[in-house]
Order: sequence, then C-alpha cells, then structure tokens
Amino acid sequence: MAYPEAAPVSEGKIILTAPELQRVIDRIAHQILEKTGGAADTVLLGIPTRGEPLARRIADRIRAFEQIDVPVGVLDVTLYRDDLRSQAPRALGPTQLPPGGIDGSRVILVDDVLFRGRTARAALDALRDLGRPAVVQLAVMVDRGHRQLPIRADYVGKNIPTALAEQVRVKLVETDGVDAVTIIRPDEPGGRR
Amino acid sequence: MKHLLSAADLDAATATEVLDTAAELAKVTGREVKKLPTLRGRTVVNLFYEDSTRTRISFEAAAKRLSADVITFSVKGSSVAKGESLKDTALTLQAMGADAVVVRHGAAGAPHRLAGWVDGSVINAGDGMHEHPTQALLDAYTMRARLGRLAGLKVAVVGDILHSRVARSNVLLLHTLGAHVTLVAPPTLLPVGVEAWPASTSYDLDAVLPDCDVVMMLRVQRERMIDSYFPSAREYARRYGLDAARFRRLPDHAIVMHPGPMNRGMEIAPEVADSPRSTVTEQVTNGVSVRMAVLYLLLGGRN
Amino acid sequence: MTFLIKGVSVLGGEPTNLLLRDGVVAEIGPDCSAAGAEVVDADGLVALPGLVDLHTHLREPGREDAETVETGSRAAALGGYTAVCAMANTEPVADTAGVVEQVWRLGRRAGLVDVQPVGAVTVGLRGERLAELGAMADSAAAVRIFSDDGHCVADPRLMRRALEYVKAFDGVIAQHAEEPRLTEGAQMHEGEVSARLGLTGWPAVAEEAIIARDVLLAEHVGARLHICHVSTAGSVEIIRRAKERGVRVSAEVTPHHLLLTDEAVTGYDPVFKVNPPLRTAADVAALREALAEGVIDVIATDHAPHTVEDKECEWAYARPGMLGLETALSIAIEVLGPRWDLIAERMSRVPARIAGLAEHGHTPAPGAPANLTLVDPAARWVVDPSQSASRSRNTPYAGRTVPGRVVATFLRGEPTVLGGKAVK
Repeated sequence: MAYPEAAPVSEGKIILTAPELQRVIDRIAHQILEKTGGAADTVLLGIPTRGEPLARRIADRIRAFEQIDVPVGVLDVTLYRDDLRSQAPRALGPTQLPPGGIDGSRVILVDDVLFRGRTARAALDALRDLGRPAVVQLAVMVDRGHRQLPIRADYVGKNIPTALAEQVRVKLVETDGVDAVTIIRPDEPGGRR
Repeated sequence: MKHLLSAADLDAATATEVLDTAAELAKVTGREVKKLPTLRGRTVVNLFYEDSTRTRISFEAAAKRLSADVITFSVKGSSVAKGESLKDTALTLQAMGADAVVVRHGAAGAPHRLAGWVDGSVINAGDGMHEHPTQALLDAYTMRARLGRLAGLKVAVVGDILHSRVARSNVLLLHTLGAHVTLVAPPTLLPVGVEAWPASTSYDLDAVLPDCDVVMMLRVQRERMIDSYFPSAREYARRYGLDAARFRRLPDHAIVMHPGPMNRGMEIAPEVADSPRSTVTEQVTNGVSVRMAVLYLLLGGRN
Repeated sequence: MTFLIKGVSVLGGEPTNLLLRDGVVAEIGPDCSAAGAEVVDADGLVALPGLVDLHTHLREPGREDAETVETGSRAAALGGYTAVCAMANTEPVADTAGVVEQVWRLGRRAGLVDVQPVGAVTVGLRGERLAELGAMADSAAAVRIFSDDGHCVADPRLMRRALEYVKAFDGVIAQHAEEPRLTEGAQMHEGEVSARLGLTGWPAVAEEAIIARDVLLAEHVGARLHICHVSTAGSVEIIRRAKERGVRVSAEVTPHHLLLTDEAVTGYDPVFKVNPPLRTAADVAALREALAEGVIDVIATDHAPHTVEDKECEWAYARPGMLGLETALSIAIEVLGPRWDLIAERMSRVPARIAGLAEHGHTPAPGAPANLTLVDPAARWVVDPSQSASRSRNTPYAGRTVPGRVVATFLRGEPTVLGGKAVK
C-alpha cells in the first residue's frame, strides 16, 4: 500500500508520522484479531469525526490480513454528552448501525484520542438505547492520560503522557488531508493560551 | 439563538442546521428506546391559548423524546381561561423555572411580549395571523426529503394567504433556503403590501400548476364567505381548489402538501389528499423530528 | 400677586421684562419693574402664549384609574398648556349639560388649566340621535366644540344635521374620521408592515373617504367643520383642495403622527397602538409640510391615558392611545425647529380661536390676559414614564431625549408651574 505524501504540518510537534500511524493501525488490527480469536460476532463503531475513518481502516487491515469482513458503523454521541450545557449547541454527526445491528455482538468503539473518558462514557449510554451488545470494548489511536472517569481502552495505538494544557491532534487523510499525530504546547501557534 | 419567534430569525446556515439535525433525530423514532437524555432536567411548558391537539401533541412528543419535563397549559380549565393576563401567566411560568415556553395564541405578537417577561426561550407555535415557524421548518424538511433539495424549487402556496401564518412563515423560510414561492389566491385574500414579499403572486391557479415542484394548499374557512372574501364555497372550489383534473396537470414529480386540518372538497379533493404524492401524513411525523431539533438547538447547549 | 419675569425673550425676540398684575400683562419693557413683585429669572428663556389643546382625554368621570381632571390638568400645565378641550367619551358620556358642567367644575377646582369640555354629538356616542347640543352650549361649560371622538359620526344624514344645527350658536363639529365598515378588527395601518406582522389593517381610505364626504357636506350647508387627528397624505390633499374652495374646515395633527411611523409596531409593543394608527414615512412628511403651510391648522395632542393593564398585554387586546400633554411642545420643537412664532400659531393662537377661548392665544402684550408659558429652548431631557405627572405611563417616547423644557406656566397671571414643577 502506498503511503500518502505527508503534507507539511503547520503546528505542533509530530509524534507519529504517516508511516508510523499506519503501522499502529496495523498493530491494532492484529491485536483485535488475536484478542477476539478471529473477530467473530464483532462490530466496529467509529465515533465521529475521526473515529469513523479509523474504524474503516482497521476493518480494511483485518480484511487484508485474514479476509474477514468486520461490519463497520458510526455512532454519534453528542446527544448523550454530560457537558452539553458548557458550550453552544453542537451540530450532530451521523449515527448508522451496520445492517446486522449490535444485539449480542462484541462492539468495539473506535475513537482517535482517549483523554478524560467522557466521550467513551457517552458512547456507552448511547449504546444502551440502541441495543444490547454482549461485550463492549474500546480502541483508540492515542491515550493521553488525565482520566476523569474509570474508563480504560482495550486497544491503544500509542500512550502519550501529556500536560493538561497541551493538545493532541490526530490527523487523517480522510478528514485532514494528511496522516499525522501532533502535540501542541500552549505557547505554540495553534495552542490554547 | 435564544427564541424562535419568526422564520426570519433563521439565516440559511441555521435553518439548514435545523433540518440536518432533524434528519438525525428522526432515526430515534425507529429505535426500540425512543428517547434521548439530552434535555434531561429541563422544563418545557406548552402554553396553548388556542385549541390545537395536533401541534400540542407534536411539541409534547418532541420534548419528551429528549427527556425534558413537559407541562401543558391549555385554555380550558386553567387560570388562563379565567382571564388571567398573559403577563401574570408569564410570571407564573417564570416562578416554575420554565426553560422554554412553547406558545400558541390567537393574537399576533403574543410570543414577542412573552419573550420580554420570561428568562427562558420562547418558541412561537402560531400567533394569530403572523407566523408558525416550526410549521415552515417541517414543510421545508418534507420537501427536501421528498425532492432531494430546496434551492431552486418552485413552490406554489394556494389559498387564504391574507389570514395565514403558515403562508407568512413559509414565504420567509423558503426564500432564505433558495426556493421560489408563488402565492395563488383571489385578490381579496392577498394582503395589501404583498408586493414587498420575496414571492410572486397570481390569481390563476391553472397557469401556475404546470410549472410547480410543490403545491401547498392552505385551509380556507367557509366563514370567509360571510365577509365577502369570495361569493360561495362552490365558486372558491371551482377556481382555487386542487381537484382531480388539476392534479393530473401537475408535473409527475410534484408533491402536494397541506398543513392540516383539511377541508376535503373545498381546497383539496379527497382523492388528491389521499394520493401517494400527498405528504400530509409524513408532515405530521416530520413535525416531531423538526421540533426536537428546534428544542435541541435552543436548549441543548449554553445560550 | 404681581410677577416680574426678567430677561425673557418673547417669541424669540430681544430679552425684555414682563410685568404680570391682576391677571393681565401690565407692562413689557427692558426696564419695567414693580416694587413687591415676585421676580422670576427668565434669562435664556422664551415666552410663548399659553398653549391650547383642542383634543385631550381627561377620563373623568368613569376612568379615574387612568387619569383625573386634576392629574390631567397638572400634566397639561407642565407641558406649557393654559387651556385644554376635554373630549366627551367619558363614563357617563358627556352628552348632557349635567356632565359637561361637572367636568367644567372639576377643572375650575383643580385650577391648573382652563378645562373646556367638548360635548358629544350623539347620545351615548352611539351615532343614532343628536345629543342636546343647545343645552350643552347654554350650560356653564359653554360648549362650542362637539365631537364623538373615539367613534366616527358615520351616518351621513346625521352628520349633515349636526353640522347644520350647531350654526345657531357658532358651534363646530369635530369629526373622528373613520369609516367603521372599513376598519372592523383593524389593529394598525394597512400597508407593508401590517402584511408582514399579520395584523388586520386600517386603510388610509377609511379616513379619507369620511373627510371627503364631510367637507362636501360642510360646503353644502355652509357650516364649519373640524377634523381631528389627521394622519394621511391623502387627507391632507382633500383638506387643501377644500380650503382652496373656501370651505370653512380646520384640521389638527398629533405630535406622534408628526414623528413616528408604522415601523414602530414591529416589536408588537402596544404603547405604539393608537387610533388613527401610525402611518408611513410619506404620510409623516406630508403632515409636516401641511403643518408648516397651515393646511393643517393646529397641533392637538389627543392625550389618551391608559392603565398598565390596558397596555401591558397582547397587541390585539390593548386599548389604543398615547400620552401627549407633557411632551407635545418638545416634539413640536423637534419637528419644526425653534420657530417660535409658528409654534405659537399652531399650538396657541389658532386653537384658541377655533375653540372660541377669548382669553387664550394672546401673544404677551400690554393688556393681554396673562396666560403664557416660559420655555428653556436649550434644554434637552430624557422622557421617563415613571416621572410623568399623568396617572398613566403610556408614552411612546420613553427613553428618548427631546429638546425644550417648560420652566414656568402662568394662568391668568398666577403660576401653575414654577421651576419646572407644578405649584400644586
């Protein structure tokens, strides 16, 4: 597979380059196959925005490695967030379960960054209203620490210890035109002051 | 956005956001658990001075699906009926901690007055002859769902334009979203000053129909005859009713809409109302999703 | 008491002194003075003849919760008025000698302004039969102006009879021009704004059609006619042509119709609900021009107090009407500029003549009754409804900064207002 040309990243320090990001996705795909004994009864649900293309890429790699088709869907969790009142109403992302549904399945939620854990918790609440999965697991590209809830990921691409004021950005070709993971310090351009 | 008092309150971006949000929220209806926790702990008050089971139930369902607490004041059997002033009612709602008040009233401008007296959001569910913004939103949603777009659509709105809040809101919203509206009515039922509206007018329904993507029929009350707006129900139906013959002259893709309730046989023939190209029942379903979207956008975040 | 008004500019002229004694202007001159006179420092002030309002609603008897003769008189004096004509739509209606005399007596008792009662044209304002116009004219109230204001005398035959009948005692019918069949359910001017706001419209033609009919009737029977609160450009045209033909018609315009348009209704605040309604910018321009020319003879306030409950509600349920007495002069200055002689003409001399009030409308001059008002032309003040002397608060100018402030008003040589405050 040809890796896309890396465009110059304008802010922050690159933690993962495009090839490194690809390898991490490969590893997650292998780990899923290993831990689930061949991804039987497994569904990948990406959390918008970037969880969706990540989930599709993981499914692609699983198909490439073992010719197994894992159903992929999208789960928008905006309406289940517990921090809605702290900002202006957000636009909703799409929610689309795969045709077979999720009842009795192993649902693997896929997101780009695991931080405080609130998105994952909202996703668990959303799943409860959508069906009854047998098992729920979490796969993330980056775990940056600072959990506020007892949530942990089952599959982690990279552990990156961070300071609270820093920002971690996962960029994907599908959404940002380039593959990279960057970290922005507060006193750098693009950082929070 | 704090209040929704007029369709003119929505620019193209916000109106589109309402429609897109409604499309996502519509999926909740298909689920086993038809509920979202988003407005948990919020109180929505339905303040209905006019009898309107359909709109009231629609707003109730919308608020409940978002887990809000719903309190309904309808005119019969409440202090409102005993002559309590709108201002005193507003102060009561304020004391109850209403986060949003959905108000339907016979007097134009009542929601505007209410917005000055309560801290919460005010949603206009129909004020006299002035506007009915959520109706226009669900009408636009229906058109978009059936025809795939709104920009460039040719929409004919037919009937008692003068007295119609549905017409006023639809003209404003459809113009904002890039559709073109033609108002069709006898001259007595078009307001003086309609020339300033972003719409064309015509007295001739037969001339307008062959070129429409959407025909929206408005209810015409028989009482207007007594005031000489038109001489008889028969003459009105003959000149401005959507009968089977006119229906056949519509383009094949065109849809027929009606905000309800319908005067079957007056402005719309029964076989037209019941045809698959009529959107009357899905307008009702869409109403709940659209109203959920409005409630979410007004109450779902910090304002 | 004797008063020496020092350093005042009469109608914008050179500063001079006015000596008021025994109810008249005794002397004018830069050097005049008198021992024992109370001195009023009028440096920088302009003296105008006391203003005369042809059209005021004092609400008493019947609606004392909105205004009384006393509170209305106080508001008038603070506005520079020395005489007001009190409209007849009270409860009971002023359609008998008894009620007009009651209002007249209440005015004298309050003693702040000369209250000249207006008598109803028809019994109960119902437009069916003439009221006892002669009895009202002969009463102590000496009624000369008759009006069903609030309602139009719509029956053409009845209007003809009324116009003819009052010729006997030099009376005049003041018509509230509104064809009732064209204004059923009307809430505001019929035009672009009403179409947008979904409010039933009050078309200009409803006013113009009645004025056209009534000037022709007055011409035919050789009677005087007065038109209340003219509000449209079309009405101005009809009155202009009638005057050119020699018809003895006079016309009044309100301050609010000289300033505000129907755009003000956009927020549905009933403080802007009035009858006849606020109209378009083109109408305002035509009214201003007509006022300057004299096609419209006077500014009359149509001061219409309403309680908070009657205004703080839905537009459709609110009663129409605006306060006007305390702000009229300031609005006139804003619209006409500091043209003192023109203001004196439109707000004092001509209304006094139309009402037959011989003691009012006299430019301060030796021998003239001392009914005058002193105005600070340089003052600017913010209209604050809570400070209004009227019992009601429904002014459309709340928060607006307006020019010119009445400092003192004298009624027959005695002050009713001094230092900008009512003396009682």
